[in-house]
Amino acid sequence: MQIKLTVNGAPRSDEVEPRLLLVHYLRQRCGLRAANVGCDTTSCGACTVLVGGRSVKSCTMLAVQADGQEITTAEGLAAAGEMHPVQQAFRQEHGLQCGFCTPGMVMAAAGLLAENPHPTEAEVREGLEGNFCRCTGYHNIVRAVLAAAETMSA
Amino acid sequence: MIPAPFEYEAAESTEHVLDLLARHGEDAKLMAGGHSLLPMMKLRLAVPSVVIDIGRIGELAGIRADGDDLVIGATTCHADVAASDLVRSQTPLLAYAAAQVGDPQIRHRGTIGGSLAHADPAADLPMALVALGGAVEICGPGGPRTVGADDFFAGFFETSLEPDELLTAVRVPRRPGLDWGYQKFVRRANDWAIVGVAVAGHRIALANMGPVPVRARAAEQALAAGASAADAAGLAAEDTDPADDIHADRAYRQHLARVLTRRALEHQTG
Repeated sequence: MQIKLTVNGAPRSDEVEPRLLLVHYLRQRCGLRAANVGCDTTSCGACTVLVGGRSVKSCTMLAVQADGQEITTAEGLAAAGEMHPVQQAFRQEHGLQCGFCTPGMVMAAAGLLAENPHPTEAEVREGLEGNFCRCTGYHNIVRAVLAAAETMSA
Repeated sequence: MIPAPFEYEAAESTEHVLDLLARHGEDAKLMAGGHSLLPMMKLRLAVPSVVIDIGRIGELAGIRADGDDLVIGATTCHADVAASDLVRSQTPLLAYAAAQVGDPQIRHRGTIGGSLAHADPAADLPMALVALGGAVEICGPGGPRTVGADDFFAGFFETSLEPDELLTAVRVPRRPGLDWGYQKFVRRANDWAIVGVAVAGHRIALANMGPVPVRARAAEQALAAGASAADAAGLAAEDTDPADDIHADRAYRQHLARVLTRRALEHQTG
């Protein structure tokens, strides 16, 4: 089936099999490898991308369901080579250890801040409920999201 | 994990869905957000030969007041139900229940109609609909019909929906001032309830205490007769037949039902 969509601001048109998952489309067809396949069961959040500005687990969406949509991956957050405030904050606050969950965490955080620009610490923790860090580095991740919120509202 | 091959149909209207269902029969599955169906297809627990995407049909989404009821389109996602001012003010228990489903990403895709049609007895929305005394609107070849929550859930992951029918909307009574409580006992964030309790006025619904969401009728009757919350809650597990599994055995589930019902009757959420 033919799909037309926008990926990181660029329009694309591709012929895909209906059973192709969005995460595999992004990684294999678009060459965008930030979204990771972690648990593959809608639990870990490593494959989180934005669909129409809202965070979604791309292992649980078909590429055909993305027809007509705007997709943003971690690669698309950095505008003209300048890191997004959420990415800056993850670096500044050391919001990562092994880095596997990081692209999903960053996208979930970007989605959270779009919906709630001034979250409390508790709201950040609940807002990242769908993302697992198996290094258990949550503390600095939460600090990074709070720092990003501050930068973005300054 | 990759689903088995299937034919994909993007439905354009309710009529189009009914037409496709009539043509493909039981080989077809309806998909809105796909957050129950796709995981099952990836595990090959579901192997439909045709998937009918109802997620693009505008008339199936949205929230509106209709007299004494709120009507919520079947493909309205949990995040939109949870954030709706109308739902939050007119039936706050439903908004709260929608906000307990999974996690933010899941709530952006999963839909109210999908969750009800999937009929997982441990899920939030079936229990909430039973507690609220809501109903579902169904469209089929014989025309539309409305089925009350107590009659909709027919068995373990089974509803009274026929294979050629579509759940189009959910109807809940507007009861802005109604006392309510909600308790969900889980071991991990974003998990299904080991036991759940939703209280709306004198109606008490339990999740995962049987093959379908069940009413705690003995407790409801005690409450109506003037019993205290603690005394009524002591009857919450009467006539329930919960299953044993890795998380809890039958006796522990019944214990949880009593404790959580007391908390819910005291209007606690958690």
